[in-house]
Amino acid sequence: MTNARRTLRGVLGVAGFLLVMEALGRTGIIDPYLIPLASTILTGAARLLANGEFLSQVGVTLSSCAIGLLLAAAVAVPLGTAMGTVPAVERSLRPLVEFLRPIPSLALLPLAMFLFLSGEQGKIALIVYTSCWPLLINTLYGLRDVDPLAKETLRSFGFGSYDVVRLVSLPSAAPFITTGVRIAASVALIVAVSVELVAGGDGIGVFVTQAASGNRRDVVLAATLWTGIIGLLVNSLLAKAESRLFRWHRARAGEEAL
Amino acid sequence: MLEISDLTHSYGAYQALGGVNLTVAEGELVCVVGPSGCGKSTLLRSIGGLLRPTGGRVLVQGRPVEKVPDDLAIVFQDYSRSLFPWMTVADNVSLPLRRRGGDRRSRAAAAVEALEQVGLPAAAGKYPWELSGGMQQRVAIARALAYKPALMLMDEPFGSVDAQTREDLEDLVLQVRRSSGMTIVLITHDIDESVYVGDRVVVLSKSPATVVGDLRVELPEPRDQIATREHPDFVHLRAEVGRLVRGMRSGEPAAAPEAEAASPEQEPAPAAPKA
Amino acid sequence: MKTIVSRIAWLWILPVVLVAWEVSTRAAQAVYFPPPSVILARLHELWFSGPAAHVFLTDEAAHHLLPSLGRLVVGWAGACLVAIAAGVALGRSAVLCDVFSPLIHFFRSVPPPLLIPIFMTMTGIGTPLQLTAIVFGVSWPVLLNSLDGARYVDRQYLETCEVFGISRFRRLTRVILPAASPKIFAGLRISVALALIMMILSEFIGSTEGIGYRMLVAQSELDVPTMWTAIVLLGILGFVLNAAFLRFERHVLTWHRGARKTD
Repeated sequence: MTNARRTLRGVLGVAGFLLVMEALGRTGIIDPYLIPLASTILTGAARLLANGEFLSQVGVTLSSCAIGLLLAAAVAVPLGTAMGTVPAVERSLRPLVEFLRPIPSLALLPLAMFLFLSGEQGKIALIVYTSCWPLLINTLYGLRDVDPLAKETLRSFGFGSYDVVRLVSLPSAAPFITTGVRIAASVALIVAVSVELVAGGDGIGVFVTQAASGNRRDVVLAATLWTGIIGLLVNSLLAKAESRLFRWHRARAGEEAL
Repeated sequence: MLEISDLTHSYGAYQALGGVNLTVAEGELVCVVGPSGCGKSTLLRSIGGLLRPTGGRVLVQGRPVEKVPDDLAIVFQDYSRSLFPWMTVADNVSLPLRRRGGDRRSRAAAAVEALEQVGLPAAAGKYPWELSGGMQQRVAIARALAYKPALMLMDEPFGSVDAQTREDLEDLVLQVRRSSGMTIVLITHDIDESVYVGDRVVVLSKSPATVVGDLRVELPEPRDQIATREHPDFVHLRAEVGRLVRGMRSGEPAAAPEAEAASPEQEPAPAAPKA
Repeated sequence: MKTIVSRIAWLWILPVVLVAWEVSTRAAQAVYFPPPSVILARLHELWFSGPAAHVFLTDEAAHHLLPSLGRLVVGWAGACLVAIAAGVALGRSAVLCDVFSPLIHFFRSVPPPLLIPIFMTMTGIGTPLQLTAIVFGVSWPVLLNSLDGARYVDRQYLETCEVFGISRFRRLTRVILPAASPKIFAGLRISVALALIMMILSEFIGSTEGIGYRMLVAQSELDVPTMWTAIVLLGILGFVLNAAFLRFERHVLTWHRGARKTD
């Protein structure tokens, strides 16, 4: 009942926004040359669905994000586990992490353009660098949250520390790690698009740059619309998976790092 | 001071109050008891103006309640959600005093005085979460005291503290009443507490709630946690209230068949031979 | 005393990494990784060898560093103030919340860099572009979090206000804002990083001054040490902003951590 009302209000909000934009454009209050009519953008967005070039560029961006995220997870989760279980490792590496983490990933873009001959590799490298941090921090955070009693229970049954990590620590840190993946995914998309805008190559960013230089604002905004929808979908799918998989775990890890 | 007539309230199809009539005189301390979920809180919220009842009338000091009356304070059960954790104890107590006028110094002095009254003179600079549950509830009482209301409503004020603290807080309420003379309506599900603290005990039936008993408590003053509770009148009154809460008529023996039928969700009393 | 010493001792990894970097890059004569000593010398010469009257900033620094910082701070702070005000206002109305939430969620999900090309066609190159980019990037997460925070203020806090007749203004400043502040700060934390990204990117794409612009010029001239000084500067900037923000947050939210611990 209330949920239906909420959805209805949301739909009205979106529809109202589109109508207002359309009206502002048609009456000339907003120059439709500067910001195209809402209807133009929407039909443009519909047309993009049949545009093979656009779809393949979207595919490029998404696959670099996915590869980058996987690589980042392969590095950050084991590292975070090591740091979270061995205090000496954590104390030694912590200062390095604290110094490297705030470096904005884009500051490394010119360097990456030198180091990697293909733009694609440079892009993935930057995605890995950026996504590592939320994954690492959330893994650490999750491991710190493990109930010591659960670990001691296992130890009292004679399990070694490897089994404790495998059977208790990692499963209870899993919800935090998943939250890390969700945060990392949204950052990865931002970094991927940024690299494409600056360094070229392939991807949504390149598609948008080309459309902008051809002065096709409607195409630019239509592509932006799709990218926003993709970001929204990925985020809500991951959030849904999180709450489905880890129903036992109510507390969400803080949206810590970007 | 307080007149309630034919008060009814429904949440959709569920009727919580089924026509409550109650009058409280100036300076009285009235305890309202009833089985859990009987609408005690709904009653208190309608008196306090936090809820607009679907029917009936509430008069505080002769005026119908439309919003929260000026001369009224409420002490909630959940002190951790009623005291603001980002303010110190002193700020929590003095925040409402702006409405009473006076400059910053006089407000601060009033806060200190109220904290002394509840036995927490040293807590002023602390944050609520640095205190134990019982101490936090004392702060909430101090806040109500400093506000100097004519009518103080207390909603299960000691429901979230341990037994020892509970007794201390009960005595605190008695002492506060003696020194300030304010009218207090205290809502509780604890029968002993209602008899120990109240001048009068009003018993509500299970929902839709109506008043099924209104007993005057005539116990020797000052009351004492040990002596009062073993006083024969106390024991008698407690049994009386207990029967009323379980839905039996006054003076009736426990576990009469119709009583069980009237309150099937109550735990069954020891079986008595059927007549 | 002992804890300070041991804390410093645990920083051993930083000098070790620096020395290893110095030695290995000298040995390998790596083109793209100049030794730290070279970067440091260039950093001094290029940015910080100016007259004492200019706090040792060179003209180069005044020309590139200060505009970047100014736009970053002004854009970030302005956007945050407006977004917090709007978020709290919307959050206090259930209807407005429901109406605007989907739109805000959507704008929050758009990668803000994508809009820079279109902003550029409206603002041209220069400060207006940087400001627009930063403001757009920062606004949505802060708006969303402020809205959420103000929406889910504990009902009992508000009832307490009602019972004790606390004025609307005080209710807002002393109760709703503090109650929403943990959420608001979560949004602000994200926004600091986003502001930096948008600053650098908009300087890469559409600017004739700023650290990002200077960095890209150095890259195109194959001036590797200068490029590295920009990396170091941006790293320091990120580090300082982050640390300052955390310190501020810790100060404002002391009560939050305290109250949570005892729950």
